[in-house]
Amino acid sequence: MKTLSKISTLAVAATMSLAGFASAETIKIGVSYPTPTHAWAAGMNWHAEQAEKRLEALYPDVDLVLINSPDPSAQASALEDLVSVHGIDALVVLPFESEPLTDPVLNVKKSGALITVVDRGLSQPGIEDIYVAGNNPELGRVSAQYMKTRLESGDNIVVLRGIPTLIDNERFDAFMAEMEGSGVNILDHKHANWNRDDGFEVMQDFLSRFPDIDAVWAQDDDIAIGVVAALKQAGRDGDGMFVVGGAGMKETIKGIMDGNELVPVDVLYPPSMIATAMDVTVAAFKSNGPVAGRYILGATLITQENAASFYFPDSPF
Amino acid sequence: MTETAMTQTQKSRFQNFDFKTAGPAIALIILCIIGFLLNPAFLSEGNITNLLTRSAFIGIIAVGATFVITAGGIDLSVGSMAAVIAGVMIIVMNGAVETFGTGVTTVLIGCGCSVILGLGAGFINGFLTTKGKIEAFIVTLGTMGIFRSLVTYFADGGTLSLNYDIRGVYRPVYYDSFAGLPIPVWVFIVVAICGWLLLNRTAFGRYCTAIGSNESVAKYSAIRVDRIKTWTYVLQGLCVSLATIIYVPRLGSASSSTGVLWELEAIAAVIIGGTVLKGGYGRIGGTILGALILTTIGNILNFTDMISNYLNGTMQGLIIIVAVWLQRGDWGRKHKNN
Repeated sequence: MKTLSKISTLAVAATMSLAGFASAETIKIGVSYPTPTHAWAAGMNWHAEQAEKRLEALYPDVDLVLINSPDPSAQASALEDLVSVHGIDALVVLPFESEPLTDPVLNVKKSGALITVVDRGLSQPGIEDIYVAGNNPELGRVSAQYMKTRLESGDNIVVLRGIPTLIDNERFDAFMAEMEGSGVNILDHKHANWNRDDGFEVMQDFLSRFPDIDAVWAQDDDIAIGVVAALKQAGRDGDGMFVVGGAGMKETIKGIMDGNELVPVDVLYPPSMIATAMDVTVAAFKSNGPVAGRYILGATLITQENAASFYFPDSPF
Repeated sequence: MTETAMTQTQKSRFQNFDFKTAGPAIALIILCIIGFLLNPAFLSEGNITNLLTRSAFIGIIAVGATFVITAGGIDLSVGSMAAVIAGVMIIVMNGAVETFGTGVTTVLIGCGCSVILGLGAGFINGFLTTKGKIEAFIVTLGTMGIFRSLVTYFADGGTLSLNYDIRGVYRPVYYDSFAGLPIPVWVFIVVAICGWLLLNRTAFGRYCTAIGSNESVAKYSAIRVDRIKTWTYVLQGLCVSLATIIYVPRLGSASSSTGVLWELEAIAAVIIGGTVLKGGYGRIGGTILGALILTTIGNILNFTDMISNYLNGTMQGLIIIVAVWLQRGDWGRKHKNN
């Protein structure tokens, strides 16, 4: 009788401690980002899923919850659910837009969760504990530095820009500032909206308009694909002509690995930054070093030498 | 001859000149002169060829849209339809490589698939509009969203790319020329001629106009209104599939950003060309000019840095409004009443 009661007490204690273990020890991290509607975002989605698998295998007590939302208000609701349904300990968020999501993220912070913001900052400072982002001005600067190594004073280039936004301005202004005084003529710049078709048409028009172009800054890998098609159509893809894109699309990186002379380099603006953010957030619970702070990723120049480490053949981007 | 008589003859000559018909042509000529003054390279052979080839996509789609609009309907789904057809074509061709190799057969399978999808999608739009008795605006707004999200889904949010080996076979469809004109321009010309004949020389064309001007009267005149209206959407679908067949070899890819706003460009081309938006009057020739005008505007804006890039939309909007005003304004008619 005594033994039996002892066993049952033990059993009850064991169950209780197990339950306690599950709720107190599991670190729940919500990851919220926009539903992918373009290739870069699809790549981000893929990298987030990869990071989830890797981190959950590495730390059995870490549970990552990935949610993507089609618009800002859906993302705001998703954030509420992450707090009320999942009871998250930390949030990794790539906001759809800064303004409408500042308050929802602030509410998550009030629940006591650690906040990591990715890529797009919130409109109020001091909400996030960790900030992970690519470096837009650096992308423009690195592209310009490469241009200067290949061109001489008096050479001509054209620039294709993205969608008129802050991101595009930051990249473009830094590029122009870095090119200043190099003697390279920037014949004109037009918006190609980070889009292959627009890149093709704008480049066709540049080619008709300017008989002498030595290089093209396309700023983005999608635009660069259109530019290359236009150059080949006009038969002006030889004579040392080169195109510099940006972002790190797998096809572009494959081309760099294979020694493509027309697109010899790429400047990184990695969709995998979401994985970096997830790693850092988990580290906030696991590392013995301090983690909070701002992580601005480098706009690495991808060349034939280092391309292999940025090549993810299974990613959609 | 007295002086008054002379002014009168001049005036009547001015009145005889039909601005309604010539409006789009005048607008296009003015645009070309502006383009030439900005940069003589505008009229270079290469640029003209680019312009015509580029107009082919919107132009072919707009020929279909002319029938839909003339019959009093509207189709907002054409841009998304083009994107999803392009996406499925690429998937089918990539899949057919294993069985049929990288030859012409695979490309033909892709094209056949495009035509079937275009006809099917057009039929769905038409059937829901006529038999479903839902306004065309709502039906095609719905299918626009459906088609757009389907292509995003097929591409997994990214971009669908055509197998590089098929590109070699398919590429000439966009890039090669026949008798000095690129193949897309030939397709555009053939579609335009067929469209003109169909609208102006057949009972079908007259039925479209009749339905567009007054559906009830058309019904009492023993016209099978539902059937004719459905046919206009099927025709629109066919035009979209033809445009897609010449679009895919250009860059060999499709994504959710393919064909964005093509529906509005096609409708704008139709209206600039003189077709009445509420139906009952359609002009294929005008539609062709409308498509050329739209492409020329974008081309000219790329040829100059006088206008801030941010104002491109403003220039396009202004030119579209002026082009339509040229033919709608009561030019000279007021003088007649005096």
